[in-house]
Amino acid sequence: MSYNAFITRETIEGEEDGPLAGKTVAVKDNISTEGVRTTCGSAMLEEYVPPYDAAVVERLLEAGATIPGKTNMDEFGMGTTTETSAFGPTDNPAAEGRVPGGSSGGSAAAVAAGEADLALGTDTGGSVRCPAAFTGTVGIKPTYGLVSRYGLIAYANSLEQIGPIAPSVEEAAELLEVIAGLDDRDSTTRDAHEEVGERSPDGVREYAFADAADGDVDGLEIGIPTELLEGADERVVETFWDAIDELEARGASYHEVAMESLSHAVEAYYVIAMSEASSNLARFDGVRYGPTPEYEGNWNEEFAAVREEGFGEEVKRRILLGTYALSAGYHDKYYKQAQDARAWVKQDFDSALSEADVLASPTMPVPPMERGESLDDPLTMYLADANTTPVNLANLPAISVPAGETSDGLPVGLQLIGPAFGEREIIRAGSALA
Amino acid sequence: MSDSAVDPAEVRHVADLARVDLDEAELERFAEQFGEILDAFETLEEVPEVEREADLVNVMRPDERKESLDQEQALQNAEDEEGFFKGPKVS
Repeated sequence: MSYNAFITRETIEGEEDGPLAGKTVAVKDNISTEGVRTTCGSAMLEEYVPPYDAAVVERLLEAGATIPGKTNMDEFGMGTTTETSAFGPTDNPAAEGRVPGGSSGGSAAAVAAGEADLALGTDTGGSVRCPAAFTGTVGIKPTYGLVSRYGLIAYANSLEQIGPIAPSVEEAAELLEVIAGLDDRDSTTRDAHEEVGERSPDGVREYAFADAADGDVDGLEIGIPTELLEGADERVVETFWDAIDELEARGASYHEVAMESLSHAVEAYYVIAMSEASSNLARFDGVRYGPTPEYEGNWNEEFAAVREEGFGEEVKRRILLGTYALSAGYHDKYYKQAQDARAWVKQDFDSALSEADVLASPTMPVPPMERGESLDDPLTMYLADANTTPVNLANLPAISVPAGETSDGLPVGLQLIGPAFGEREIIRAGSALA
Repeated sequence: MSDSAVDPAEVRHVADLARVDLDEAELERFAEQFGEILDAFETLEEVPEVEREADLVNVMRPDERKESLDQEQALQNAEDEEGFFKGPKVS
């Protein structure tokens, strides 16, 4: 059956040799591929063909991967269900008739359905972890700056990172190892070998992410922020504690921790993300790319008409709310307060991680929704991102691993959050479960 | 929570600022949703003032000429006229 996981199926062959030789890696359709249509799930870019490859695509191809196509996504990465794509919704192979999560739902569905060995998604407020949780796969949101965003069609630059989706933690770690690293075309990237790596026999530090997937959690201390369990679906909470029991049985221990800032994080996230979106999406004016219909009127009128035609409703909603939050008289009320909340969230994470190796929570507070169920109520949809968005505000790494299934057979994800450049810690902890 | 009801005229004004046309149905729907969403954003009033970390550094590179897209590549997704982007009337 077709899950509508791909927007464009076109094979891009990589080098013959390399760590990903023989592997297919599906790529989310907001990551540029030279000569291959890249739509962002939007009618605005339906015909857009990038003249260059994103940095991560160059690295995939050098590593020998084959790209089998470009995957479906919420338009411009804005959504939690992969239902806002201009190319139709994606179905969930792990729970048919339900959403695969968003916004990298096509990437997760491609992996869950076996239509690709691995995939790349992007995570601005949970868009890799959410679909991983909903489809029973593994997704990693890297520390901000670990992976180059060159060639990623931006939505909210200060929050987003490209991350891997895979059937297992080890495979996700292998893919992360290929895409991570300094890139002089993205000045926010860092060479994190010093922080992350361990010394190989010849003295060179390596990321060695895949080596960290050894399942050894003996002595691991887990902090569990109580705020991230409040209000979660009972079935999800039950499955979450079963997974924590499993980690405990293998030598880990846990304590609960209060992080007051987290109860304001999701609102802060949306103010910041929408503000950045309103600025980023100003470039879609129908002049250099996009639809070029003939409208009567001046530049402003034509610009507005092109955007009415090219953007879907969720994208318009966020551009308008972002414009509102940044406009005169409201900037201090919304945007400045959101930046305060962001700093508070960072401090809370620093403090919680000084007493724990990793923090754990359910990835999503609910199991996958039925398709069409949540489209009409944007606020409820936004609040579903309560557990994933704090990590992006704090620029920390996090992984979602399958925690098990609810009694009615729906996938539940467990999120593990680490300190900045603590990818190895979350990979090691996650590999005890998947 | 304060009463931050948004009327359609306000949504129209913001849509004009953002250069996005909206049809009447969207306008009504957004006005209704925005009140609820902005109410949620107002809970940020409860956030204490926080000392921001000040250890950010600028990352600069030398200002050197580098290879860039050639004219044909730059124009390949656009409507062009004799090697220029073709845009709408400015006024």
